[in-house]
Amino acid sequence: MNDRIYRILLFAAALVMPLVCGGVVYALVTDAREAFEHFGFFNFLTSSEWSYTEGAEQYGALPFITGTLMTTLLALIFCIPFSLPVALFVGEYFKGTRVAAILSTITDLLAGIPSIIYGLWGFYTLRPLIIMLDISPQGSGVLIASLVLAIMIVPYAASLSAEFIKMVPNDLKEAAYSLGATRAEVIRRVVFPVAGSGIFSAYILAIGRALGETMTVTMLIGNTNNIPNSITSTGNSMASIIANQFGEADDLRLSSLIAIGLILYLITAVINMIGKIMIKRARIV
Amino acid sequence: MESVIPILEFKKTCVSYTKQTMAVKYVSAAIDRNTITAIMGPSGCGKSTLLRAVNLMHSLYPNIRVDGEILLGGENILSMEPIDVRRRVGMVFQRPAPFPTMSIYDNVLSGYVLNGIRLSKAEKDATVERCLRSVALWDEVKEVLNKKGTFLSGGQQQRLCIARALAMQPDVLLMDEPTSALDPIATAHIEELMQELQKEVTILIVTHNMGQAMRISSKSMFMYLGELVEYGDTAAMFSNPSDERTKAYLTGKMG
Repeated sequence: MNDRIYRILLFAAALVMPLVCGGVVYALVTDAREAFEHFGFFNFLTSSEWSYTEGAEQYGALPFITGTLMTTLLALIFCIPFSLPVALFVGEYFKGTRVAAILSTITDLLAGIPSIIYGLWGFYTLRPLIIMLDISPQGSGVLIASLVLAIMIVPYAASLSAEFIKMVPNDLKEAAYSLGATRAEVIRRVVFPVAGSGIFSAYILAIGRALGETMTVTMLIGNTNNIPNSITSTGNSMASIIANQFGEADDLRLSSLIAIGLILYLITAVINMIGKIMIKRARIV
Repeated sequence: MESVIPILEFKKTCVSYTKQTMAVKYVSAAIDRNTITAIMGPSGCGKSTLLRAVNLMHSLYPNIRVDGEILLGGENILSMEPIDVRRRVGMVFQRPAPFPTMSIYDNVLSGYVLNGIRLSKAEKDATVERCLRSVALWDEVKEVLNKKGTFLSGGQQQRLCIARALAMQPDVLLMDEPTSALDPIATAHIEELMQELQKEVTILIVTHNMGQAMRISSKSMFMYLGELVEYGDTAAMFSNPSDERTKAYLTGKMG
C-alpha cells in the first residue's frame, strides 16, 4: 500500500516537468500565431524590417536571429583559447593536484556570477577600453557582447571538457609514452582524439548557454534593430529585443516578440539535444 | 663480439613510491641479448615496478624515485632522455590498448606518428606488413586494415599492440602480464609468437603464470617483497630452487 502511494507520488512529480514544458510550447505557439499568420512563417524569419508605425507595422526576425548567431559564434571562438587550456590544466597536466582543484573551483565560480554583474563590468570596464583603443566609436556592439559572453561560457565549456579529458584511459596514455611520445604529442594524438566528441559536446552545451543569455547582451549589444554589418557594429539579439520591447508591446508587436521567443526556444532545444546526444556517444568510448 | 656487454643490466636498482618504503630493493641482474627472461613473484612483489623502470615509465609520476643504475647496452638509462630510451625499449601492457581513434594500419605506425617521423607510403605499407606478419596477424587483418583497432578480438588486439611496439624496432621488449586478460587459445598464440620474436628482440616478461614462465623463458627471476630472491636458468630454478621462498612459491605454498 505504502509502495503504491509512493509510486503514484513519484509518477505525478515526474509528470509535472513534461507538462510544464508542453505548456510553455503551447503558450508560445498560441501567442505567436498572430504574427506568423499575419506575415507568414518564412517571411517572418527572413524579413529584416522592424517598424511599429501604426498602420504600416512590419516585423521580421532576421536581424535578431543574425545578432544571436553572431554573438554566439564569436563568443565560442573567443572562449576556446581560454577554456581549452583550463580543461587541459585541470584534466591532464595537473590532474588530481591541489592547484587543479583550486583552478577548477575558481572557474566554476565564474558560472555563479549573476549576468547583470557581467553586464555592468562589460559596460563600465570593457566598453571604455574598446573606445580608447579606437575599435569602435560607441563601444557597445556585437564585439563587446561576444567578449563578455565568452567569459561567461568558459566555465561550462572548461569543466565539462576537463571531465572528458580526465576520462581518457591511463593505459592509452602510457602506451603512447612507451612508444617515445612527448607529452604534447600524447595530448595531440591520443587525448584530444579520444576525448574529442566529449569536448565537442561541451562546446555545444556552452553554445546553448550563450544563445539564450539575455541581460549581458542587452546591456552591451547596443540595441539597434538592424542586421549588424560588422563585428563592431551594434545590433540586437533575439533575447535582447524581447527584453527591451516586451514592456511596451501589444497586439501584433507582442505576438512578433513571442514568435521570436519561440524560434529562440527551438534553436536552443535543438542545440542542447545535439549536445546531449554527443555526450551519450562520447561516454561509450 | 657484442655478447661481452649484456643488452640490459640492473645494478643495485631501487624504486620507491614514498620516502619510507621501497618497492624494488637493490636488484642486480644482467640480461643476455635475444633471450626471454620471466619475472615471477606474488602480487605486490615489485615485478611490474621493476619492469616499468626499464623504459622510464616512472618518470611520468613525479613522486616515484628510481636509484642505482640500469644499463641498456652499457649506457645508464637513468641519465638518458626518457624519449630516447622508450624508442629503444618497447612495452606491451596487461590490457590490450590499441588507440581507439586509429585504424589498425595507423595503430602499427603510431610510434612513428607520435615521434613525428615521416615515412613514404611504400615504407609505411612495408612496415605495417612486416610488423603484422611478425605477430602472425597479417593474414587475419590484411583486408580490414582501415577498420578501428578496437574492432578486433582481445587476443588480436594484444598482437596488434605487440606489432605497434615492434614497429619502432626496439632492442628490448617489456611485457607486463601480456596474456592475463586473454583466453587460453589467444595466450598460446602469443607464447608461440614470443619464441619467434626473441630472434630479433630481447624480451623481459612479467608473469603470474608459472607454467608460462616455464614454457617460454630461458631465464627466470623470482622476486619477493621488492627483492630479487633468485635469478637463473628457468629449468634449473623450477627443478631445484636454491631459496626456500622460491620453493614455497613454486610449489604453491605462497603466492
